Amino acid sequence: MVNAILGKKIGMTQMFQANGDLVPATVLKAGPCVVIQRKRADKDGYEAVQLALVEVPGPKRVTKAMEGHFKRAGANPARFLREVRLTPDGTDVKVGDKVLVDEFKVGEYVDAIGISKGHGFAGFHKRHHFGGGAASHGSMFHRAPGSIGASAFPSRVLKGMLAAGHMGVQRVTVRNLRVLKVLAEDHTLIVEGSVPGAEGSYLVIRKAKAVSRQAAHGA
Amino acid sequence: MTVLEKVEQEQCKKDLPEMNPGDTVRVHVKIKEGDKERIQIFEGTLIRLRRGGSHSTFTVRKISFGHGVERIFPLHSPLIEKIEVTRSGRVRRAKLYYLRGLKGKAARLREARSDQEG
Repeated sequence: MVNAILGKKIGMTQMFQANGDLVPATVLKAGPCVVIQRKRADKDGYEAVQLALVEVPGPKRVTKAMEGHFKRAGANPARFLREVRLTPDGTDVKVGDKVLVDEFKVGEYVDAIGISKGHGFAGFHKRHHFGGGAASHGSMFHRAPGSIGASAFPSRVLKGMLAAGHMGVQRVTVRNLRVLKVLAEDHTLIVEGSVPGAEGSYLVIRKAKAVSRQAAHGA
Repeated sequence: MTVLEKVEQEQCKKDLPEMNPGDTVRVHVKIKEGDKERIQIFEGTLIRLRRGGSHSTFTVRKISFGHGVERIFPLHSPLIEKIEVTRSGRVRRAKLYYLRGLKGKAARLREARSDQEG
């Protein structure tokens, strides 16, 4: 079967565990998804499906080309489309198939892939966690980067030097988030911890690629 | 109702007693020792209620062997077996932090009259 689903971040809250622990939780709208296109090893070189996240209302305007693309799959136009690889043993998927949140079970681990929040042109502190100087006691060195290299040799700044610059709006994968709850009738998935992006941003949620030793130990 | 609100509402207990700052409460807390579980009672004055749906907490203050002890409980925690209100004190503010500066006779609260709240 398809081991990933498309979703949307709804918001964060906290949840009680049976042992009394209060853990941070992210509520995600996950699916329903429709398979729009099937990529095959013999034709495309790899096994994958293109999923579309079903949303009501859908997009207001669709280009003619995309309209045809959705029409061929017999699905309504969608805003968010992503391709997902298939596992070698799960290739019996057809165009038009639905992917629902009940593919995921409580206690399983998932990875969340999304676009991180934009921070604009960010300084060293925010972007690279530099310490910076003292705020008071006559310190005249506050948020500046400090030395970025030696003088006569090498007479240039080495490549890869951390610097201020644009931060965020990048593809970010957060691995090994534990599934706290699956609400199948609401198409909702609740995971422990945070996911990239602002509320309302789109995500790909897939079964954890490599469950870390720490995560496996906690299960 | 949004899904987020629904999720938070599901966490909330429905059988909580009505309690107000100034009340004397007995909090039955589940304590795990090894593989055994028992109930411990924390009794004291309710000095703060922080309302916030499933995130609500409350603070109970008591004097234990001459030392003031405060404990903050998540209101909807599954570790809280039950809460009993044994006495209602008459207070004029919502957060009773001023009790921290008082001790002995001065730290007492008058009983609330039944015809008025708080």
